[in-house]
Amino acid sequence: MLNKVLDTFDQAVADVPNGALIMIGNFAGPGGTPYYLIQALSRKSVKDLTIVANTAGGIGLTLDYNDHRVLFENRQVKKVIASFPFSTSASRPSAAEKQILAGEVELEIVPQGTLSERIRAGGAGIPAFYTPTGAGTVMEKGKERRYFDGRPCLLEQALKADFAFVRAYKADTMGNLVYRGTMRQFNPIIAMAARVTIAEVDQVVEPGDLDPDHVVTPGIFVKRIVEVKEDPGFPRHLERSFRVKQSLSNGEMG
Amino acid sequence: MKERLSREAIAMRIARELFDGAVVNLGIGIPSLVSSFAPEGMTVIYHTENGALGFGPVVAADDMKEMADIDLVNASGQYVTPKPGMCFFNHADSFAMIRGGHIDITVLGVIEVNDNGDLANWMFPGRGVGNIGGGMDLAFNARKVIAATEHTTKDGKPKIVKQCCVPLTAPGCVDLIVTDIAVIEVTGKGLLLKEYAPDWTVEEIQALTEPKLVVAPDLKEIQLL
Repeated sequence: MLNKVLDTFDQAVADVPNGALIMIGNFAGPGGTPYYLIQALSRKSVKDLTIVANTAGGIGLTLDYNDHRVLFENRQVKKVIASFPFSTSASRPSAAEKQILAGEVELEIVPQGTLSERIRAGGAGIPAFYTPTGAGTVMEKGKERRYFDGRPCLLEQALKADFAFVRAYKADTMGNLVYRGTMRQFNPIIAMAARVTIAEVDQVVEPGDLDPDHVVTPGIFVKRIVEVKEDPGFPRHLERSFRVKQSLSNGEMG
Repeated sequence: MKERLSREAIAMRIARELFDGAVVNLGIGIPSLVSSFAPEGMTVIYHTENGALGFGPVVAADDMKEMADIDLVNASGQYVTPKPGMCFFNHADSFAMIRGGHIDITVLGVIEVNDNGDLANWMFPGRGVGNIGGGMDLAFNARKVIAATEHTTKDGKPKIVKQCCVPLTAPGCVDLIVTDIAVIEVTGKGLLLKEYAPDWTVEEIQALTEPKLVVAPDLKEIQLL
């Protein structure tokens, strides 16, 4: 009997080896970030990881929440591929920024549309594609240029991952996923681009409980599912959110 | 010192470029203020890189407790309000909209812009690092690119230059430059001064602009409403 549902996040990341390439659902805030999977990975001694995500963690755009910056703080990362790698605050540089500038972590900075299309292409079996974005800028370095309809375009390579850490709203036990609002962002495309996709969800339901017309990520892309059982660190509503909790407990969340 | 337009007034002037049904993506900084000044009764559909179209205004500070939802944010990470008719999609589809020419107008911030419409806005001045984010795809591919900026840097140096010295976001992408003293069109043959802030003369604007400005025959004072 097919069973993708695991009890703990630690189980879900147990076989992540040194040197793995991991895609992480991530944008500008806690929404859509697989917090517990990242925390579980940070508890493992695994290192030399390559991280593909929109940011390199700790960008400080919204709330000071804990994301994959912990992987940099633990020095588990050797390379990051991101579109928005640096903190928005010069006075509060992220761990990734310090390590990149010190030459300890390699950075590949990629325009966000090119990053998302490279991921999409990786999942879709397209090895490379041309895009106009970046032609005539520093992004062109080392890339093949070709003209289409008179417009210069750059050849970009697909990205594939060993693991994808996905944050979704609900999963059925077949792995079909639905999302909620802007949590979707990179999650559906990284789900398709990895050998092992692990979904962190608010709720696991039985087959038939999700409307097949509403499924965004088909279950064949998802190998493992873990439900957030504890009081979620990232509730939906700010009133119950970690920031309020933080101020109440005067401690850090998670 | 002559009075310059406020950041809000720059946004108000840019809002006059909006049209009914326009699909619009606003960058951070002054651009993000534009949505506050969209004309009453006009339907403007806002797009955000992280996969939403047609959402409502940013959640007001007083409404945070009730309204803020971590799964409803814009590209600046600000909480936005739900609105009937909004929709969500993944990042690849979001940039298909941008790259595919489905975004009518984008408003972007400026570090430097030149008379060819080359825009540089992603490398933090003085930090040696920068974030590209979605700005490069927008600058290359939106149907109309409006640059929103103060006319000069904090040190009084022109931001409209003959040659950009910092890494480009996109060459030849800017269509219209709206500053705190002027509205300038990038024509392909240089810069056309179309509007001036109250009390500013052509000579004074030119003195703060590196490339030569061509004065539009119908040059007029900036109208905000």
